[in-house]
This record gives sequence, structure tokens and C-alpha cells, in this order.
Amino acid sequence: MSIETKDHAELAETFNRDENRVDWHDETLWWIRQKRDKSVHQLPEWEELRETASQIKHNVLSNLSSYLQTFEANAIANGVKVHWAADAKEHNDIIVGLLQAKGIKQMVKSKSMLTEECHLNDFLEKNGIDVIDSDLGERIVQLAKEPPSHIVLPCIHKKKEEIGELFHQHLGTPAGNADPQFLTETARQHLRETFLVRKAALTGVNFAVAETGEFVVCTNEGNADMGAHLSDIHIASMGIEKIIPERKHLGVFLRLLTRSATGQPITTYSSHFSQPRKGQEMHIVIVDNGRSVQLGREDFRNSLKCIRCGACMNTCPVYRRSGGHSYHNAISGPIGSILAPNLDMEKYADLPFASTLCGSCSNVCPVKIDIHQQLYKWRQVIVKNGYATTGKKASMQLMSFTLSNPTAYHTGGKVGRWVLKHAPFAVNNKFNPWYKQRDMPEPPQASFGEWYEKNRKSK
Amino acid sequence: MRVGLFIPCYVDQFYPGAAIATLQLLEKLGVNVFYPKNQTCCGQPMANSGFEHLTGGCNELFLKNFSEFDYVVAPSGSCVLHIREHLHDDKDPEAAKTLSHKVYELTSFLTDVLKVTSLPAKFPHKVGFHQSCHGQRGLHLSQMSELVAPDFSKPGSLLNMVEGIEIISLNRVDECCGFGGTFCVAEEAVSVKMGKDRVTDHLEHGAEYITGVDMSCLMHMEGILHRQGSKVKVLHIAQILNGEQE
Repeated sequence: MSIETKDHAELAETFNRDENRVDWHDETLWWIRQKRDKSVHQLPEWEELRETASQIKHNVLSNLSSYLQTFEANAIANGVKVHWAADAKEHNDIIVGLLQAKGIKQMVKSKSMLTEECHLNDFLEKNGIDVIDSDLGERIVQLAKEPPSHIVLPCIHKKKEEIGELFHQHLGTPAGNADPQFLTETARQHLRETFLVRKAALTGVNFAVAETGEFVVCTNEGNADMGAHLSDIHIASMGIEKIIPERKHLGVFLRLLTRSATGQPITTYSSHFSQPRKGQEMHIVIVDNGRSVQLGREDFRNSLKCIRCGACMNTCPVYRRSGGHSYHNAISGPIGSILAPNLDMEKYADLPFASTLCGSCSNVCPVKIDIHQQLYKWRQVIVKNGYATTGKKASMQLMSFTLSNPTAYHTGGKVGRWVLKHAPFAVNNKFNPWYKQRDMPEPPQASFGEWYEKNRKSK
Repeated sequence: MRVGLFIPCYVDQFYPGAAIATLQLLEKLGVNVFYPKNQTCCGQPMANSGFEHLTGGCNELFLKNFSEFDYVVAPSGSCVLHIREHLHDDKDPEAAKTLSHKVYELTSFLTDVLKVTSLPAKFPHKVGFHQSCHGQRGLHLSQMSELVAPDFSKPGSLLNMVEGIEIISLNRVDECCGFGGTFCVAEEAVSVKMGKDRVTDHLEHGAEYITGVDMSCLMHMEGILHRQGSKVKVLHIAQILNGEQE
């Protein structure tokens, strides 16, 4: 683990210094989990839908190269220009190249976690291109100069008063006004202006249909459509795993996506883009950025089934109490913790450990990714690759020795219980993280083994 | 039927009462129970920390101690899940597989193998039941709130056989308590906050006792209850099912 950056446990500790805020964050996200529950319990076929989606994605991952080629051929036939990016740098270079070729200095962007993953905004800024995020939550974190803390609800960590203050500073709303409807209307007016003057629009891609070469973008605000329809050039960025084989499969995925995300039956807008309108250019940038490596990791390839609904974050008891920023990665929460180590095992060595392995994430996942099993497996990979601290290694070796030797275990247990009884200060001190906010168990007179020797041995 | 009693290390050392209740309960139900004295631990503390490669000694001991039995029963969902999923023997993979399928968590052994329909136990108190995640989501001891599937609960059905017991309802029926093995010290802040929230849910609904199938979760919640000066106690489910009076 790198010593320059704070790890999840440290960032979570900081987040927990304001307990009222933790409660508020936890309850807000739990409310969304409850909305999800209410919604999915209306569908008796819910589990079958999940299984179907998982199998479709299984097929996609097993035949990814041919589906991608089919998609590309169909998209080209529709008049779309297709670009391939091996990594984040190539993706960013392609986008800047497209904009510079047209002399465009301003772009509007709807939500795309891939561009967050590629840190596109920073890159565009460095290249003198002004980008405005048009998703309301994304716009709010952009004004706050923060990364999103949640893939579906980017500013879920911000209270409405804080958003009011941001709008006051940046959009000139009256100080102290935190009325959500008023603030939303202000953002709407501000964005309308942006949509009208921007010549370039970037959108993400929720589903890319191999059969037709079209792509589907899901938003609740219609902001992707507003940007794309008014622009001279529409660029869509997609990860290679966004493919689905046929249009009819949308009937499975669109039913799952928003029910899992927010409890809505479907996104307000599920827009199909297949060809540029007359005079418009449409580009698709297909990005690998580590995905083919993950595809090659047998234990972790299923993580590529993810449709980015965020349900695993809303249900995760750790995420709700540590906040999205504690994961120090574009994609936070349980799914982020199994995707990130693939990109940089050292930098994200802490994330698979930021879980109790309770398994709730795997149960809500609409494509049945075995998230908590992968967290366990990443832990093994990370340790084997040498990213455990020396202290942890030593304590694990000692533990392993003791628990592999009954005599050492019995003696150790006896000594431990004696210390706890007669010299509790040796344990109950600030060096014991258990003791900081919890009492140690009362040491019993005898272990069960000792009791058994006395009470049952004769039998 | 010869049953081997597997008592997880921390239960052996800190909660012998839960182990004694397990033994006595099984004996009462006419089971031939044996406790191999050279047992230690399932190996989970190392494995969940990423050091599964250091669990060879634990696996070897487990196989040596328990292979001879028809069943192995343990008062813990978490340790049993670990054995079921990870017990292995490179020299004899089949032996490890056979044994791992014979290992049962106590309540599921009572409902699925012994098919217990009544228990001579009385516990006239308000009790909060904590769903320990590994037992619930791992061993499917009871239905999970995330799934669209029929409700059931193996430990719940046993508690319902206890005379006078009142199981309280909870706001969050199966949220994790935050123990999480080494997580409880490595992620101390979140672990404690999760524990506090779980305990609060039970307290707000009037629990006099909190029970569950895993002493580890209960130990974590007990540590928080004690620190808060609460009089609410934790008890392993075996202690209630064994008819111990408080």
C-alpha cells in the first residue's frame, strides 16, 4: 500500500468524525435501497430476469470480439465513425483530436463513468477545452471541483444547503436558498443556455446493440438528448463490455437497470442513437482500458457484466457509512472494489478489504456478479503479489503458527485469558483498535476445552 | 450417529457457555457427541485477510480431528461457511470435499438433519434476532431481504418453539453488524458505526436480549453494549434453545 495516499480505512475514519452526517448519508442511501426493494417485489419474475441478464452477459463476454466487430460494421453502415482506444490516454487523445479538428473549444457532456475513469475533464481543461457536465448531480460535483461519490447519484454526499451555497457562488442564486425545486430550475436555465451554444456533445453508452449498431443512453433528465440533438458533433464513449447481442435483449436490461438503481420501472429517457442527423457527425469511441486484462482473469471476468446501476453501493453497509470518496476511485463501493485492483493493484490494494463480505451486494446485483466472492479472491491475489504490510504479514504468520499447533493454541489462549483478567491494561489501551469504542469480552474461568476435560472426559 | 463437535477458537476461549449449551442441547436430543480436543480454528481469520495460503495447518488439523464422524456440528454459521467453501487438502481433495459436506451449523443441523419439531425450552423475554450474514447469505439459513423469494428461517423456526419468547421486529431485518473478522480492527471506525446502528435498532424495539447463530457478531455487539453501559445481554441461540433460564 502506498504511504502517500490515504487508504479506505483512514478516509472512512475521517468521514465518521461527523456521526450525524454518517447517519444522514446512511439513511439517504438506505431509502433508495428500500425503493429498489419495493419495486422489485412487484415483479414475481425478478430472479429469473436477473439470471437471464447474467446469462446474456455471459454469452457477450465469451464472444466479445465478434460482437464488437459486428457492432462496428453495423455502426459504420449507419454512418457513424468508430474509434478504438486501448487505454484512457488514447480515449482522451481521440476526443481532443475530434474537437480540435473542428476548432471546438466548448463541449457539453452527459453522465459517463468511463470519462470519469479516464479523467477526461482534467485532460480537456489542460487542452483549453471547456466542458460542462449536464447531468445535474455531475454538474454539482463539477462546480464543487470534486469527483462523483456514486455512479448513479454523483452528489449524494452533499446536503441541499451545501448545493445552495455552491449555486450561490457559481450561478448567482440568493445566499441561503436551498429549495431543491428552485435550485433545479436555476440549473435547468443555466444548462439550456449551454445546450444552445455548445457545438459538441459527449454522451456515455448504456447498451450497444451488436445486431443494429445502435446505442442506448439512459437518463432521467433528458440531458443526453438535449446535448446530442443540438450539437454538430456527437461523441459517445463506451467500454468494450457495453455490448448486448440483439435489440430484444434491451427488454431484459432496461427492466433491471432502473429498478435496481432507484426503484423506478424504467429511466425517463432511454434514447436510441443509430445514425447522425443530416449535417451532424456521430462518433463512437470504444475503450478497453484494462477490460481485456480483466476478461482474462478467470475469477474476475464476471465483473465486466456490470451495467452500472449502483445497487451494490446503496445496499453496502460499509459504503453507506464511509462515503463514495473513501474508495479513492472513479467507481466506488463494492463493484469499484473489484474493478479497481485490475487497473492498479498497488494503489487499490486496500479496497477489497473495505468489506465485511456480508454478501448483500451480490444479492442485489441485477446481473448476478458474485461481488463478495471476488472481494475475497482479490484479497488473496493482492497478498500473493506482495501488497500486504510487513506488520500484517508477521501477525498472520504468528496466528497461523498458533492455530496450526494445538499446544501453542491452548497455551496462548490460557495466557491471553490470564492477561485479560489480571492485567487488563495490557489489552485495554489505545494500541488496541477493538478497545477504542468497544469493551473486550469478559474472560471466562476456563475454556470450553478445559471444561470438557473436567466434565466429560470420564464418559 | 456419531457427531463431532467443532467449537470455533474464540468461542472456546471466550464463550464456553455457548459451547456447553450446544453440547448439552445435542445430548438432550439424543445425539452421540464427541469433542476432539486437539481442534483449533477453521482458518478463516487468515483466509479472509488474504492469507488463505497460510491455512494449511488448520485444514490438516480439521481433517485429522473430524474425518471419522458422520456429521460435524458447530455453533457458528461463519466458521461452517468457511469450511464448506475453503476446506481443502492438496494430497486428498476428495476427503476434504466429503468432510466439508458433513459440516453443519447448529440450527440447520437441528432443522434439516434431526428435523426437530419441539424443544423443551422456556424464555419469557423480548429477544432481538440478529441475522449473521455468513449463516444467512452464505449458508441460506433464512431468506434474504434482497431476493424476491419465499420467506423462511431455520433459526427463527426453532426460536418459535421456545415457550414465552417474544421475537421483536427490526427496521433492518438483515443488515450486517460490522464485525467482519479482521475488518473489525482494520476498519475500526466503520465497523463500530455499523455495530452501534445494529444495536440501536434492537434497543429501539425493546430487546432485552440479542441472539444469533454467530458469537462473533454477538461479541462485537456486546462490546458496544457494555461500553454504552447497556443492561441488554447477548446470548448464543444454543443457550436459549437449551432452555437456559436467565
